Amino acid sequence: MVFPLPDDIESFEPVELPSRGTLWSYTVQRFPPKSPPYRGAEPFEPFALGYVELPGALIVESRLTEVNFDALRLGLPMELTTAALRTDPDGCVVLSYAFRPARDTGA
Amino acid sequence: MTDVFIVGIGIHPFGRTDSLTGLQQGEFAVRAALADANLSWSDMQIAYGGSDAAGKADTLVAQLGQTTLPFVNVLNGCATGGAALFGAYSAIRSGEFDLGIAMGFDKHPRGAFDPRPADWGLPEWYGETGLMVTTQFFAAKLRRYMDLYGITPLTLARVAEKAYHNGSLAPHAWRRTTMNVDAILGSQMLNDPLTKFMFCSPAEGGVALILSSEKKARELGRTRTRIKAVSLRTRPRASFEVFAPYLDLERGGSVSTIASRAAFETAGIGPQEIDVAQLQDTESGAEIMHMAENGFCVDGDQEQWLAEGRTRLDGALPINTDGGCLACGEPIGASGLRQVYENVIQLRGAGGARQVARKVRNAYSHVYGAPGVSAVVILQC
Repeated sequence: MVFPLPDDIESFEPVELPSRGTLWSYTVQRFPPKSPPYRGAEPFEPFALGYVELPGALIVESRLTEVNFDALRLGLPMELTTAALRTDPDGCVVLSYAFRPARDTGA
Repeated sequence: MTDVFIVGIGIHPFGRTDSLTGLQQGEFAVRAALADANLSWSDMQIAYGGSDAAGKADTLVAQLGQTTLPFVNVLNGCATGGAALFGAYSAIRSGEFDLGIAMGFDKHPRGAFDPRPADWGLPEWYGETGLMVTTQFFAAKLRRYMDLYGITPLTLARVAEKAYHNGSLAPHAWRRTTMNVDAILGSQMLNDPLTKFMFCSPAEGGVALILSSEKKARELGRTRTRIKAVSLRTRPRASFEVFAPYLDLERGGSVSTIASRAAFETAGIGPQEIDVAQLQDTESGAEIMHMAENGFCVDGDQEQWLAEGRTRLDGALPINTDGGCLACGEPIGASGLRQVYENVIQLRGAGGARQVARKVRNAYSHVYGAPGVSAVVILQC
């Protein structure tokens, strides 16, 4: 199993990944990444990122959103969402997939 | 098969040398190594050399002498120097050649290392969303390790404090000013838990080592430094490397552990018999994790080791005695050979103010780089 789905889709079969998991590791991007390739909002705001372990599937790298940096810890339950990356000159808001702390246990 | 000896070493100081190209710094190191060995370029039967970003090593024959010797260019990322040494060592060990040279150099622009997603087989969005940043990988690997094994930020700072102290005593180091743990912890946070002064920087420099067969080393009267093992390995399945958009649930091993075990097996000794070690320290946490990956301690023991000063110059296992990458910077093509240069200095007892307190018989070096390459060299006198 790989992520993301490669362009060569002939050799791969799309699989839906779990949308909930636990935080495997994390850090905070405190300085603006080199641009290009980075195309985030201006001015730069530090953001969290990390690896989320999706049970039975794989561990996926993602931006982390809607979380206090100090609240990040290994094993934190996370859920899939989207986060606004930037607004293009034509007003189009570009979104990225992201994970945020799970709001309930999903039980 | 013959044993292989190091009979000459040369270095161009690391850091920034605006007046010289990378190639010129490599040439400087070659001439210094030849002088150290009391040999001339025409004595060299084979050469292996490389840089990541500063030109083709074999073009140096124009300056050094067109003796028509075979000169192999090496390009292996951060392990370029290790791969050059591996090549020269193997060629001499086979019995085909008696004298050869391994050299590496580099010169990176300020704030270098600008990776592009396409070059790594990654989609553009990976870079656009801000994930194409090498330092994030080091931080993410370290964060998990610290939480699993109880390593604190103070220990990371102690690694850097030691590096700058040792660098202040090494003439070839770049950063020659000591720094205390408070200044290191208080410097700008880049990627939590790593601050600015816990990271090394791209730099410049050159190193050359002259290798000899046992027969020739005896003729030269230079049998002091014997190469006991050189191992070069690439990453195993499911290892954790830079720019990984996903990881397998079932985690694989570390390429450094694999290279380390292979070297110890060839050398016929164990980690407890090593007297001095140079370990890849791209950032403070890398040295911590590499202590365990190379078999020197159990995961988590580093907290106590650093608190007790066991890896200082006067400790039981001095590590990165010239300040490592943190104090010397990282010219990619030269970095792994600098470690071996420093070990030869320590084996010769020529370290001056940075000579380790204990008697050195076995010296170990380990270089690691993207995308998962490690080279280990064990020397003995």
